[in-house]
Amino acid sequence: MKAPVLGRFFGQAKVETLPDIAAAALRSDRFRLEREGDWKRLESILVKMERGRLRTLPDDDILALPALYRIAASSLAVARETSLDKATLSFLESLVQRAWFQVYGPRRGLIGWLRGFLGGGLSQSVQQIWLDICIALAAMVAGTITGWLLVRGDQEWYYSLVPSQFADTRVPGASREVLLQSLAVDKDAQGLGAFATYLFSNNAGVAIMAFALGFAFGVPSVLLLVQNMAILGAMWWLYSNAGLSWEFAGWLGVHGTTELFAILLAGAAGIHVGRSMAFPGKRSIMSATAISGRRAAQVMAGVVMMLVVAAILEAFPRQLLGMQDRLMIGGSMLALWLTYFFALRPPKASAISGDIR
Amino acid sequence: MSRSQTRSYDAAQGKRRRIVETPEGIALPFTVGARSARAGALIIDYLIIFIVIISFTLMLGWIFGGVLKSGGGAGNIAGAGEFLLVIYILVLFLARYGYFLTFEMGPRGATPGKRLVGLRVAARDGGHLTPEAVLARNLLRDVEILLPLVFVFSAPSGDNGAAGWAAAAWFLVFMLFACFNRDAMRAGDLIAGTWVVEAPRTKLAPTLSTGAAAREGVSDVTGARYRFGSKELAVYGEYELQTLERVLREGSQEAIEAVAKTICDKIGWTVGGGDEKAFLESFYSQLRARLEGNLRFGKRKADKHS
Repeated sequence: MKAPVLGRFFGQAKVETLPDIAAAALRSDRFRLEREGDWKRLESILVKMERGRLRTLPDDDILALPALYRIAASSLAVARETSLDKATLSFLESLVQRAWFQVYGPRRGLIGWLRGFLGGGLSQSVQQIWLDICIALAAMVAGTITGWLLVRGDQEWYYSLVPSQFADTRVPGASREVLLQSLAVDKDAQGLGAFATYLFSNNAGVAIMAFALGFAFGVPSVLLLVQNMAILGAMWWLYSNAGLSWEFAGWLGVHGTTELFAILLAGAAGIHVGRSMAFPGKRSIMSATAISGRRAAQVMAGVVMMLVVAAILEAFPRQLLGMQDRLMIGGSMLALWLTYFFALRPPKASAISGDIR
Repeated sequence: MSRSQTRSYDAAQGKRRRIVETPEGIALPFTVGARSARAGALIIDYLIIFIVIISFTLMLGWIFGGVLKSGGGAGNIAGAGEFLLVIYILVLFLARYGYFLTFEMGPRGATPGKRLVGLRVAARDGGHLTPEAVLARNLLRDVEILLPLVFVFSAPSGDNGAAGWAAAAWFLVFMLFACFNRDAMRAGDLIAGTWVVEAPRTKLAPTLSTGAAAREGVSDVTGARYRFGSKELAVYGEYELQTLERVLREGSQEAIEAVAKTICDKIGWTVGGGDEKAFLESFYSQLRARLEGNLRFGKRKADKHS
């Protein structure tokens, strides 16, 4: 009876018959024909794994993978010394390479990585860059004070420090009522969702930039922090001059504790990379940079997460809640982040340092 | 002429060869991806992102048009519009940062563009490619591509004067970072401890020594018997053997005839017309048997000059 036609599409490809081993004239070809079945089996397993179809792979194949990899690897070693067949050699080289990528490939999926990341990997990385966090914090404080002092000395500085998008009604000489109005509560939640998304996308872009600029030995990261905080210092002076210090702190703090913390971490991550390039210590520059870069990347993933939270806080509670609630939310968010990053001692199973030797 | 071309290609490839020792102690050669191939892969990837964004924009516009037509209160329309805007901004963000991350974290370690040109990302220390490393190498793309382009295009306008030019030059260093080191690492690769290597997918070609001509030196066509003496086989080395292998595998009749004629001239034989293939097959397998026999005793002959 003939096989159904569909079988051609869904069935296994027909195994091609190998030539008789004894028929090969050359010893090296006999060597190849004896092992070719194993190589082909390894190749078919690899094709499935590369397509991400690990689940469809039978248990036998998964168990056989390490053995098949070793067979292919030792075949390559022998073939290099005995065979001049270029086709076989380049096939084996690419086969062993591909098998190596799968055998020593990532062991955890995205979910597994996320679990390790949130359950200790992130806070561990943050703790490891404490020195850079201190440097970034110093830069931010210095920037705020500079902005404040500059504007107090000469109000013209306000216009050069604060970008025009912020300086609408909020300019020196504005009355207390106008300034209070700019901190007011919206009555309606309309449009705030889009506002939050825009804020997130914008801030995340800036934070990633602050990190990436750390590549130039961290200097641009520091400059960026100082410059941005000078804007804050200038605006703070404006509001405190009108006797609105607390109101401004509430307006800023509800999301600012999260957002400024995230920017602090992004800057610190950039400084961390730049610093380990400039002062690699006993390690080579390459390995020092790679280790600190991977650590900083973890921090940056946390930064993006924090910015999502910050954008939601900025769009909804800030626009809808009053003074007291704003200050309370801001304060408790800060406490929450500090506890998560610094108070919890993660289990010592390291997410990062175990991967790099 | 074709020979000198292959030579220079081999030499260029040799320069990009690196040996990584696996935990089993096997020296595994890798070829660092060519900078031109990587630039091509990048362009393909950005084209894909661009097309996806354009079609997504059109689709959202179409949906919003439908919302407008269906009427409903002003509040409803504003709400739907806001929802679409949120989705749009999120998709833009994901296209910009998520595309490279998702694909490079996958089992192939390559974006579609890299796969098309036969490249993949690998950890430089021979360990496995971690999500952190992929994250680190992709976070730097802004500084390596976006900012340099912005500054390079804005510098000639002269708005920022000399400072604009200085910034453009400074950012060009980031952009062209891969040209300044021999492993062709981007700034992101340096930070993540990764590199981009060639990932060839070679099919196993059939054996050449199982045919009648190769086995016994007897031609299927004419029945002629080809036996070469040691003096005749001594003229060629491994390089010529592998060139001959390529000619036989490609199987172009013209090339076979030309090569057969060259070999005949060299060893002073004549071969009947139409039987060049059998002649070459037997010459190939006898030459290979001789060279491999010597190889087992540690004697190598790289090419005809050695």
